[in-house]
Amino acid sequence: MKKYITDFKIVDKQTFGSQYFTLTLQHPEVLPEIAPGQFVEVMVEGCREVMLRRPISIHDVDSKNNTLTLLIQIVGKGTRQLNTLKKGDSLNLVYPLGSGVFSLEGKEVLLVGGGAGTAPLLHLAKSLKAKGITPTIILGGRTAALVPVQEPFKAYGNLYIATDDGSQGEKGMVTQHSMFSKPYDHIYTCGPTPMMKAVARHALQEGIECEVSLENMMACGLGACLCCVVDTDGGHQCVCKEGPVFNAKKLTQWLAQ
Amino acid sequence: MLEVKLDKLHLKNPVMTASGTFGYGEEFADFIDLSRLGGIVVKGTTGDRRQGNPYPRMAETPSGMLNAVGLQNVGVDAFCERVYHRIKDIDTNIIVNVSGSSIEEYCNVAEKIDALDNIPAIELNISCPNVKKGGMGFGTNPDMAAQVVSEVRKVYHKTMIVKLTPNVTNIVEIAKAVEGAGADSVSLINTLLGMAIDVEKQRPYLSTITGGLSGPAVKPVAVRMVWQVAHAVKIPVVGLGGICTAADALEFLMAGAQAIEVGTANFIDPTVTVKIVEGLEDYCNRHGISDINDIIGII
Repeated sequence: MKKYITDFKIVDKQTFGSQYFTLTLQHPEVLPEIAPGQFVEVMVEGCREVMLRRPISIHDVDSKNNTLTLLIQIVGKGTRQLNTLKKGDSLNLVYPLGSGVFSLEGKEVLLVGGGAGTAPLLHLAKSLKAKGITPTIILGGRTAALVPVQEPFKAYGNLYIATDDGSQGEKGMVTQHSMFSKPYDHIYTCGPTPMMKAVARHALQEGIECEVSLENMMACGLGACLCCVVDTDGGHQCVCKEGPVFNAKKLTQWLAQ
Repeated sequence: MLEVKLDKLHLKNPVMTASGTFGYGEEFADFIDLSRLGGIVVKGTTGDRRQGNPYPRMAETPSGMLNAVGLQNVGVDAFCERVYHRIKDIDTNIIVNVSGSSIEEYCNVAEKIDALDNIPAIELNISCPNVKKGGMGFGTNPDMAAQVVSEVRKVYHKTMIVKLTPNVTNIVEIAKAVEGAGADSVSLINTLLGMAIDVEKQRPYLSTITGGLSGPAVKPVAVRMVWQVAHAVKIPVVGLGGICTAADALEFLMAGAQAIEVGTANFIDPTVTVKIVEGLEDYCNRHGISDINDIIGII
């Protein structure tokens, strides 16, 4: 899949509480095909402490309008700087990155997301729906405000919410939700590492196929610097190149850590 | 206008890529025409396949980054059997960075690379700060450096560039030692040994605690060392360390480098190498320079 470096124009920005925002980016030309799970490397301008690009999941793609949307959590200097961008500003991307993408396999499908990990699940849910699969979707966060994007998921699957404080949906973790332990044949997950590990362990125990989308610190995003490796059963592999999505069966070492 | 010579090598321009920052070149083929480069120095290659260090292996620091990859690579046999065939026809100088933990391993890798027709040179890495055995150990002592170079010289017959570490009191001494032992060129600098601590988690950012600093932060140190070495040895010098622009590259050339390597900047802009080539052309045009060699070592 050919990769590009190009400028996009910000055509929309939405803010969700104090931690999350989305940027919708438009390109004058037709976008290449973007598989669910792929990500972009964003250039952060105007912050002298930020030199490297920031890897961000692709949240949504609208090929009719040549737009893609990024859901960003403010976690550090880079993302804080990105939050100063406004509609009309331009943003330089290297994309689409990652060859390990969500497979779109399964009949009884569950999507489990936590926090910023909900980002790639929207494009996934949309792609599953287009294939005729209606997934069950459980999104979780410490509190309702930290499950930033909910509404758009409802168009593509059956959405359930789990919050630690019970402010929305069922109280507890996503893995404690009453919809979690149903007889699915395929689970896709992205979120905090402990959550993904709990989901993957459950899936492996129950003999359910499980794909996890990892997020490691990266420099190049292209598989050149070898900084973002994960310990797989096939040795160290780059999350940016061989991932970011891996089948949980190949992550014995990671799951044991 | 931009052609330079590095021992027996003809470079269409002085711009090469630094080992460990450009994969095998293929990773960048979507972004640039690789044949526009003066050379590509591919990932450090060892005798056996290596897993490298545990994650986390990198941390961003002011104007730079620390890495502790630890020479993860497929090993020389897999390189010769698989990787070489994919990259051998790229129309540029493909140079293999040769690494090891012992003199025998360096010789073993160099000898196998010597047999590959389309690899005109090696860069002997006696300066990796991120491996427990060997690596930088060979590059911090002039006698050890000379010994590994003279042993590799016996089995390697093409251009041998020796990559030096800046983590020494006197880099000139090491450069002279490897020149005396038969090196055809030296490249400098490898990364500066550094460290960063996550104060919230109260632990180092890197799994190995220390790592190699690269990026613009190291450039003035690198320019100074290139200038010192270029004045002290007769063999050509390859300069690297934080080069991001044509102006950066020109600093190294004026300090005495015959060619340069671009490293960390590839992570920020995968097209940066070609921009530097174009920037050098533009500089020559603006200054009425018909041959870039006219400005090499003018300081």
